[in-house]
Amino acid sequence: MTKLYPGATGDWEAVIGLEIHAQVISEAKLFSSSATTFGAEPNTQVSFVCSAQPGMLPVINEECVRQAVRTGLAMGCEINLRSIFDRKNYFYADLPQGYQISQFKDPIVGEGEIAIELSDGSTKIIGVERLHLEQDAGKSMHDQHPTMTYVDLNRSGVALMEIVSKPDMSTPEEAAEYFKKIRSLVRYARTCDGNMDQGSMRADVNVSVRRPGEELGTRTETKNVNSIRYVMQVVESEIRRQIDLIEDGGTVDQETRLFEVATGTTRTMRSKEEAHDYRYFPDPDLLPLEFSQEFVDELAAEMPELADAKKERFIADLHITPYNASVLVAEKENADYFETLLAVTVDKTGKPVSELGKLVSNWITSDLFGALKKLGKTISENPVSVENAAELLNLQVEGTISGRIAKEVFENMLESGKSPETIVDEKGLKQVSDTGAIEAMIDEILSVNADKVEEYRGGKDKLYGFFVGQVMKQTGGKANPQVVNQLLKPKLDG
Amino acid sequence: MTDLTKLTLSEARDALHKGDISSVEITQAHISAINEAKELNCFIEVTSDKAMDMAKAADETIKSGNAKGMTGIPIGMKDLYCTKGVHSQTCSHILDGFKPEYESTVSQNLWDDGAVMLGKTNMDEFAMGSSNENSYYGPVKNPWRAKGSDKNTVPGGSSGGSSAAVAADIAIATTGTDTGGSIRQPASFTGLVGLKPTYGRCSRWGMIAFASSLDQAGTLTKTVRDAAIMMESMAGYDPKDSTSTNIAVPNYEAALNGDIRGLKVGIPSEYRVDGMPEEIENLWKQGKEWLKSAGAEIVDISLPHTKYALPTYYIVAPAECSSNLARYDGVKYGLRVTGDSLDDMYKKTRAAGFGDEVKRRILIGTYVLSAGYYDAYYLKAQKIRTLIANDFKTAYQKCDVILTPTAPSAAFNLGEKVSDPLAMYLNDVFTVPASLAGLPGISVPAGLSAEGLPLGLQLIGQAFGEEQLLNVADVLEGAASFNYKPTKWWGE
Repeated sequence: MTKLYPGATGDWEAVIGLEIHAQVISEAKLFSSSATTFGAEPNTQVSFVCSAQPGMLPVINEECVRQAVRTGLAMGCEINLRSIFDRKNYFYADLPQGYQISQFKDPIVGEGEIAIELSDGSTKIIGVERLHLEQDAGKSMHDQHPTMTYVDLNRSGVALMEIVSKPDMSTPEEAAEYFKKIRSLVRYARTCDGNMDQGSMRADVNVSVRRPGEELGTRTETKNVNSIRYVMQVVESEIRRQIDLIEDGGTVDQETRLFEVATGTTRTMRSKEEAHDYRYFPDPDLLPLEFSQEFVDELAAEMPELADAKKERFIADLHITPYNASVLVAEKENADYFETLLAVTVDKTGKPVSELGKLVSNWITSDLFGALKKLGKTISENPVSVENAAELLNLQVEGTISGRIAKEVFENMLESGKSPETIVDEKGLKQVSDTGAIEAMIDEILSVNADKVEEYRGGKDKLYGFFVGQVMKQTGGKANPQVVNQLLKPKLDG
Repeated sequence: MTDLTKLTLSEARDALHKGDISSVEITQAHISAINEAKELNCFIEVTSDKAMDMAKAADETIKSGNAKGMTGIPIGMKDLYCTKGVHSQTCSHILDGFKPEYESTVSQNLWDDGAVMLGKTNMDEFAMGSSNENSYYGPVKNPWRAKGSDKNTVPGGSSGGSSAAVAADIAIATTGTDTGGSIRQPASFTGLVGLKPTYGRCSRWGMIAFASSLDQAGTLTKTVRDAAIMMESMAGYDPKDSTSTNIAVPNYEAALNGDIRGLKVGIPSEYRVDGMPEEIENLWKQGKEWLKSAGAEIVDISLPHTKYALPTYYIVAPAECSSNLARYDGVKYGLRVTGDSLDDMYKKTRAAGFGDEVKRRILIGTYVLSAGYYDAYYLKAQKIRTLIANDFKTAYQKCDVILTPTAPSAAFNLGEKVSDPLAMYLNDVFTVPASLAGLPGISVPAGLSAEGLPLGLQLIGQAFGEEQLLNVADVLEGAASFNYKPTKWWGE
């Protein structure tokens, strides 16, 4: 059921499409050998080709082609064995050729489908229209001189993949989930690093509104939105703005808009009248890009394991819950951390993965993620080493500490940076499993509380917890709960 | 000693290899001749010092026994080729002051073989023109004048500086570039051999682009043998040019065996235009007879889409040029005329930097690629281009090479057609079809007009069929025995 947005004159629905620009991970640019490292000094990664010197010619970087194919495979899209590079012509100071080499009519990757999971537990299929390769432009710097603009061509010619969705989304959440899913896919495929703050990934957000079931409305395109939260804000504000505009008797102009972070809204950048006529035509400097099905098959065979397959494997082989599996595979770094920690824990405990999967995944998704969230850190900034985390889990598995004590030790580890063994030793947190000592303690507790024993035996089962609590109180929580149960139950039951 | 500037490339090579002459001598002789012929305006930059250094190095190579065909041969480079640290501006104001940091593949190939650069030759701005009157550095004068006339004629274009230089014996040979006839038509106008090889035979890397799908490097030489020697040096696969073809370069000179018996020469019925002088028609017939006498079989063929070639060319070439020339915007190199805003700077720079013909073609090209016109013009032109290429494929099932006139007229007077672009475009009517099909073509001097001006015949070969093409051209050249030279009127 498509979500409806109530207006003053009735309900509306939104139609949303995303064009995601993802920078290809490659050593060199799309058509030149210049480096692509982020953050280099201006104009230090510029070749004769990417500064458009006269007589220079583009030569396709095959690694970028492979990356585009890998991304297409990761998205389950059709791969086009023949595609064509076109020139998109427009003048701008940071576009040295006066045109961008892109793919217009015949992209390298065709249609596919992406499944996104929504907060209500449902799954929605979003169509992918295409993926094409294109050059990035340089960067204009307007703040370096009072009257002049400086141009940095380091980014000029860097390979981008433009991933175009079908207009299949209808809420900010869907747009955000789709964006997240694409980001996750390219990171799993190792074709784009997904670093939005460095501009490696950004989206043009297309939004229109219409009455349910009616023809599509006029859309606006908001350019270069570089975070998932901003995508949601753009969608949210555009839907509202367009509904209000139409209900006030106005019409939506087909235009290009800009997102303003400060207000969380968009403003006009270019109207339809000012829109460029890009005069696309096939680039005569380049032959059609052609490769064989074998080339695609080889890349497919070498593909790294993607999120969905990983999730299935986690559930089947490691016996972790589907919920934990979903949480862990959503970000490749989390899944990688899980597998690393699991392997080290297996080493320490000598137990099989199938026995440890659940413990390790629970610990990461609840204890670790909870702690990181509090600290405002990501998994890569995790202050606890894998070694220490595995040791903490090992202490639990071998019965040295209980789950409850483990939580306490972990908090201490976060604060002090000490190893779990040290903390357990220093604080004397070792679990008491000495049956003789515990039995003596139980006997004493039962004799002191003879009245409660009577009540229990008289049918008041709930009092069982009271006796356990007394044991724990006397041992400072260190009594092994299993041992306590084994000894207490028969004595109480007489 | 004979006048060293009168030698053909192959004669000079033989003399150099034998040690009869040195490269320094022959280079010096040509530099002196260049200085004497300044009024022809063939060279827009003479690199005397560089030439002498290269000549000395060439003499060392010859002494060491490692000489190749081009070693020690002083040549002119069309200004369209990027030559490191040297004026490379396609004779356009917009590239003022531009000296590239790199060497074009074709020129590098020549230098690697020991050729000597005399300087950069004049040309129509961005290779757009058929008379060399569109150069920012002024027109080139053809050494040839009509009998009894003191009026200057044009050397053809766009490689007009290159053609006039060889015709005036101030360079042994020159490079040209041919997009729609820019080597073959000037060769015809100046009594030279002009070879445009198959598209993809020479690398375009470092050649300043006019129309990428048509531009091709080539030669202007005194003889077919000279063309064979020079092309062998220039040609070759270049991974830096995605449109260059990975086919080994044969020994072209070895292909000149003089035997064309049984070879089928196609005569296309469509290569005629209204008002074409009868003497050209007659020369064409004469060419047929010469080849027939040499044992070739003459076959009538049809290239039915020929009449669409010129209009097709004048859509495709301007379309590509409008995009290729977008980079000349005053931002990075060359001319900049400052303005109130970026757009204002663009407008002022491009208004001042480009000549009328270049502006005309940028406008045409922009128009035919525009939304709403693309299908009607550019797309249709591409379809016709395919039909034209198919015409040749069909024809080559019946024949091996095709013989046509090179141009519909002899050299015309300077200024005669400047104000009539369409009349100017008609110059390329016989050369453009092979360009659109990417086929090799060669113009061979075959006779003189009634006015005493050179006329050429064109042979069109099959893709990468340069060996056969050169062999037939060699036979045609021998039969025509065009031994005329312009009467020297300059440098008095």
